[in-house]
Parts: sequence; structure tokens; C-alpha cells
Amino acid sequence: MLEQSPSPAVAPAGPPPATPVADAPKEKFVRPRSQRIGIGGWLAVVWLAIVLVSAVVIPMVIKDAAIPGAVSGQGILKVSGHPLGGDNAGNDMILQLAKGARSSLLVGLGAVLIGLFIGGSLGLIAGYFRGRIDTALSSFFNILLAIPQFVLAVALVSALANDSIGNNGIPVVVSAHRRLFVLIFALGIVAIPILARITRANTLQWAQREFVLAARAQGAKNRRIMVREVLPNVMPAMFSIALLGIAVAMVAEGGLSILGVGVHLPNVSWGSLISAGYPFLSTQPYLVFEPIVCLFLTVLSLNYLGDVVRARFDVRESAL
Amino acid sequence: MRAVLRRLIQLVVVLLCVSFFSYALMALVPGDPVFAIAGFGGTPKQMAGIRHELHLDQPFLSQYWTWLSNFFHGNLGTIYSGPTGRSAVSSQIREALPVSLQLMTYAMILTILIAIPLGVLAAYRSGTWLDKTITAGAFGSIALPDFALAIILTYWVGVKLGWLPTSGYVHPTASLSGHIKSMILPSLSLAVGQIAGYMRLLRSDMIATLQEDYILMAKSKGIPTRRILWRHALRPSSLTLLTVAGLNIGALIGGTIVIETLFRIPGMGKLLYTAILGRQIPELQSIIAVIAIGYVLVNVLVDVFYSILDPRIRDARAIA
Repeated sequence: MLEQSPSPAVAPAGPPPATPVADAPKEKFVRPRSQRIGIGGWLAVVWLAIVLVSAVVIPMVIKDAAIPGAVSGQGILKVSGHPLGGDNAGNDMILQLAKGARSSLLVGLGAVLIGLFIGGSLGLIAGYFRGRIDTALSSFFNILLAIPQFVLAVALVSALANDSIGNNGIPVVVSAHRRLFVLIFALGIVAIPILARITRANTLQWAQREFVLAARAQGAKNRRIMVREVLPNVMPAMFSIALLGIAVAMVAEGGLSILGVGVHLPNVSWGSLISAGYPFLSTQPYLVFEPIVCLFLTVLSLNYLGDVVRARFDVRESAL
Repeated sequence: MRAVLRRLIQLVVVLLCVSFFSYALMALVPGDPVFAIAGFGGTPKQMAGIRHELHLDQPFLSQYWTWLSNFFHGNLGTIYSGPTGRSAVSSQIREALPVSLQLMTYAMILTILIAIPLGVLAAYRSGTWLDKTITAGAFGSIALPDFALAIILTYWVGVKLGWLPTSGYVHPTASLSGHIKSMILPSLSLAVGQIAGYMRLLRSDMIATLQEDYILMAKSKGIPTRRILWRHALRPSSLTLLTVAGLNIGALIGGTIVIETLFRIPGMGKLLYTAILGRQIPELQSIIAVIAIGYVLVNVLVDVFYSILDPRIRDARAIA
């Protein structure tokens, strides 16, 4: 919780400080300390950029990074050209981590996008129209929230991506890509009520403002008011929660991988790398610690940026 | 009285929805669940037998109703091992649930024992390097997933130093010291992520409380600082702590599932894991229903505690 000058708690979240009046002496606008991105924020951006670029580029450039003559895993800095070592199948860990970043980011971003789109729309509708629509939608969110989120994800994934046995007795293994899709979908469903609630709470505040009334007086339709007047003001709150949500979804995927229902080969995620390396913890700890460091730094960066967005746009904690 | 009645009706509706969701998981499973359950080598007659036992030859709603009434009569379904093997889910849950509850209780106790002093200290010394260190530590520990911490602790304390066992569970009646030893690492892994949540809110809460006039009054009366902090300033924060506890229970349940799997503790998480591996859908349904219902009831309990702690809430509209 950042210390800010105490402002009246009743007032709805205000817009960022207005630009100085025209005839006031020209002063360079300086953001308060708590609202600056700061060195930590830039470090976070840099780390996320590195992850994003390597997730896209490395698997495209290095197609096959098998470590020559490797039967069992080679440790860190043991083989030249493979600074992070190799796994037990002789794959270079840098390539594995980049592939892992790919799946982990895909799961995190995909789940949050589903949540943002569906949850955001439902929250906007509930908060804007209020009354019965709000009651109905809010009870729907509350019911989704009545199951612990991780348990809900486990349930959905294990049901939807269940390797089954077909009617002819031949095992039907869910393909790795379908599994990835199911993961994104399931975590997206988990994200829906969370994003819907925050959007609803903020919409409730903004939809009472005078400019909304003014738009309505000018004859704007509900849809236009929601999208053009209310939504832009609610965005910062949604965005700061979405940043945290990406992190939460990536961690949840790790948990699911440990339960064996995460990303499966040939796809790898940071979670599945951790889970695959865990049996070799005592002999080759780097197999586990490398993806843990990646996951930790990414989650840390996303959380930090989420806080920066929250501080800058003055998102009320109470609305969470 | 009306509020209580309203809350009860809400509770029943939520419980019905949650149980329906748990049951409907079966319908989400692609393919024929009977083949998934019975595995290879089942004769058509055995298959038909299982189908009949699971009431899958009946309409969906009547299936649900039969399942629900069985559930509340303590018949939580059957575990099928191959076409003929049968064992009851309820006996498994009866063994696993206390273990999970123990682990969660220990984690909770550890959390409170560590988070409250840290939060009070950070608030009392707010703005100093001590406060900044504690706050930064909390921020970092939120970004560290519980399973990652569990793996780090396993490596350093379990493997490198060899102080504590890294897996397994000892029943308290078998050996109390063994029990405590086996639970330290799992509960610590669960607690650390939770501590940050409690500590951060308690800190900001206490900073506000310490500005109050009655604290100044107590100071001017010459009451020792220690007593002011623990007796006067902490008490109003009990509601905040309760709120955090309610919010964090869901994450604690999710964490417990993963941590139990990592440490091979025979609790609900381990049960869930084996049910997923063995594609025991009826078992999966019951486990998820038990966890979800438990979670709903705990939340009700939190609400009850609220009204005990703060009589004003008793008459206000039902919370949430």
C-alpha cells in the first residue's frame, strides 16, 4: 500500500490531475513520487521485454539445440555454447526456457484476455444497468467465486482434457495443443468473475458522473455511453488487475503442471519444466531452479507494474 | 432475523449450484465416461453394470438428484479399479480430509504468528529502513509461488542440510515429533505467501489507527508503547484480519492441493491427484464437491464471526 495524501474516501476515483489552467505560470508538470514508473518499473519492463522477445525469437532461430553426446543432463557452464546446461533428454535449457516462456505467456495472456473480454463486458453491463440485471449477473459471479479458484481450474481442466478410452477400447490421448487450449479456456473462466467484479465496481462509480448524464442528455444510446464514456475510465482498474491476473494464471498453470494436468509434451511451460525437473532436485537442481527464477522474476515484474498502474490512475483499493 | 433468513436461502442456493457444477463435470468429459472408468478389458456386461451403477442410463437431472441425495447420505461414490474392483470414496475422504485440515491449520497459525508482529512492527516504524525491508520482503514473497518456495525449502533444508524430511506424513499419534517435523516445510511453504497479504493490510490499517486521538490519549497517560500497540491499536484491526483470512482461504485451499502433491502428504490434494491420474470421475466429483462446500461453509463462518466482532454488522444487510 503506497502512502498517498489522504483524500476523501467518498469521492469516486478521480481522473488523473488536470493540466494547469492556461494563464497560470508555466510550470513543468511533475508527477508525484508515488506515480512515477521509477527504476523498478523500468527494470520490470525490460525483463518482460526480454522474456517476450526470447519467447518469440529463440525457438524460431534455434530449431534443434541438442547437446552433442549428452545422455544425462549437463550442468550449468559445463558445456560451451550451453551456458544454462541441458535437461536429461539433452535439450539445451535456454531453448527449453524460451519455449516455456511461450506457453506460460500464452496461457497467462490468453486466460486474462478471455476474462477481460467476457468478464469486462458482463461487469460493465451489470454496473451500468444495475437493478435486476446486476442482481442476476452478480449472483452468477458469486457462484463462480464460491469454488476456490484453483480447484475450479483443476476440475475444468481434468474434465475437459481427460485422456479417455474410446468406444473401441483404444485410448484417446488429448493432443498437446488441445490441452493448451483447454488450459487457457479453463483459467479464462476462472478469471471472468474476478475481472467482472472489479469492472462492475468501477462502472457503478463512473456511471453516476455528470458527463455520463450530459451524454445521455445529448441523446447518446446506452451502448455508446458504455463504450465511449464509461469504459475508458474503467480501463485503468481493469488493466491493473489484468496485469496481476496474467501472473496469477501463469502460477496457476505451474500448480496444474505439478498435478499433471498442465501443459504436456511436446509443449513445455515453466510450470511443466519445474514439474519435470523436480524428481532430479538432489542431483540436478538447476533443472528446477532456472524455470523458478524465470517465473519469479516475471510474476514480480507483473505485480510491480500492476501497482504502478494502480498508483498512477488512482485506482481505489476499496473497489477491489 | 430477516437478514439471517436471507443469508440461509442464499447459502442453500449457492450450495445447490456448487454441487450441480461438481456433478455436471461428468457431462463435460469428452467420450463415454464408462470406458474411461472401466479401462481395458471390461466386457459389455460389466460396462452396462457400471453404467447402471452410475445411473448414466437415466435422464441427466434425475442422475443429479440421485447423486445429490447419495452425497448427503454420506455415499460419496465408488472408486473403480479396472472393470471389477470397487472401493468407497467416502472412506478415502474420511482419511484425507483431517490431514489437509491439519496442514491448513498449521499454515494459518504460522501465518498469524509471523504476520501480526511483522505488520505491527512495520506500522510502528513506518517509513524507516526496517519498514521498507519488511514491505519489500512481503512484495517479493507474494511473487514467489508456494510450490516454488516448497521446492527451494526442500532443496536447502531437506536435501542440502538434511534437517527435515522432504516427503511423507507421520500421524500425530504415531510420533508427535515426527509429525511436527513432517509438517514444518509444507506449512511454511503455504504460510509465506499468505503472510505478505495479512502483513500488508495490517500495516496500512495500523498506520491509520496509530493516528487516532485515543492512541495519543493512551500515550499521554504514559501507557507503555508495547501495551498501546498490542492492546489498543491492534484490536480495531481484527476485522481487517478476518477479512483477509476470508479472502485468503481459497488460495490456501488451492495451495494445499499442490503442496500435498509435492510433499506426498495423503490429504485431499493427493487424493485429487490420484483421482485425476486414474480418471476416477465419480471420485473427482465428490472431492471437488466436498472442497467447494467446505469453502462455502467457511465463508459463512467468517460472516458469523464478523457479526460477533462488530455488532453493527448484525443488523446491516448481509455481507457480500
